[in-house]
Amino acid sequence: MVTANTTLGYDSKIEGEVVVTKLDSAINWIRTNSMWPMPMGLACCAIELMGVAASRFDISRFGAEVMRFSPRQSDCMIVSGTVTYKMAPQVRRIYDQMCAPKWVIAMGACASTGGMYRSYATLQGVDRIVPVDVYISGCPPRPEAILDALMKLQAKVKRERSAKNLLSA
Amino acid sequence: MTSTEAIAALKQKFPQATDRASADFPAVNVPTAELVAALRWLRDEGAYDMLMDATAIDWAEGAKPRFEVVYQLFSTVSHEYLRVAAACTGDDAEPHAPSVVGLWAGANWHEREAFDMFGIKFDGHPDLRRILMWDGYPYHPLRKEFPLAGLEAPLPGADIEEETNTRVISAPMAGGPFVATSGEMNLTESEPRAKDESWNERSEKPQ
Repeated sequence: MVTANTTLGYDSKIEGEVVVTKLDSAINWIRTNSMWPMPMGLACCAIELMGVAASRFDISRFGAEVMRFSPRQSDCMIVSGTVTYKMAPQVRRIYDQMCAPKWVIAMGACASTGGMYRSYATLQGVDRIVPVDVYISGCPPRPEAILDALMKLQAKVKRERSAKNLLSA
Repeated sequence: MTSTEAIAALKQKFPQATDRASADFPAVNVPTAELVAALRWLRDEGAYDMLMDATAIDWAEGAKPRFEVVYQLFSTVSHEYLRVAAACTGDDAEPHAPSVVGLWAGANWHEREAFDMFGIKFDGHPDLRRILMWDGYPYHPLRKEFPLAGLEAPLPGADIEEETNTRVISAPMAGGPFVATSGEMNLTESEPRAKDESWNERSEKPQ
């Protein structure tokens, strides 16, 4: 995906082989364009998540095609589906095993709020156990909505004070 | 033999068996003590050799008997269905029923589900654990006294509960249950609505 990057200006005629930028911009640029998802597929939304990875919608245009089933290799957990109370501790444990920096997308009505499952068995929104960056509406959301959520997350990551967070950590 | 013949023969063999009201296929009540023997006879002699489903009924507090176990049988010879029911023994807190895992291995998970949802102890079951809810969940959700929205309980992982400060809570019903209207009408009008629309998540329920 080629986007106009205003913070990373480079003109070979002027600067030669030197690129001038801010550290924040460089780090965020690296992070946004290879955001490997952790597919937390729990219900029917996971099918739509598979659709978005396939050729018609092709999430690889946004650098997020490497679905990692190991939390240690992924940056962005996509919680796609109904989170039951029985599953909730496992979701949190997998989130805890992901290396920082890490982000979470709550995909669909169930992951966002519990959806139609107002019941004794369903967690009423995954934001009760993990911090969510982007919510996607829909039951299930269209693949375009997932791509839109990814773009929103990339925009959010681009605003982060990464250098400061790294140095103060 | 057909299911009606099978029930007639069963009643000859087990005189305490009685007819059971049924809207579809023939059904019979048998005494709890004879349940396994009656099912074994139906399987071996009556050719009702396939257990389609094993489940339970809660007839609500005060009913006698309160809990019943129900077995749906199918004959692969006569291609007919048959239902067998028996009352549970024991008190309301811990009803008991004999296990039929010895007759049909497939009854194993059905009985675990009935135990999980109704709290019926199946005597002789090889591995009577919860199957849907997690081990340590304090309630049996399909019992009549259990509210639709659920009851507060600890989260399965104690460390996660401490870390996230989240517990199992009653789901917000907001005027529910949500009931769809049937019939030929505009789809917008027929979609599920709360029975009591005077309150929702944003405005308090009027006293």
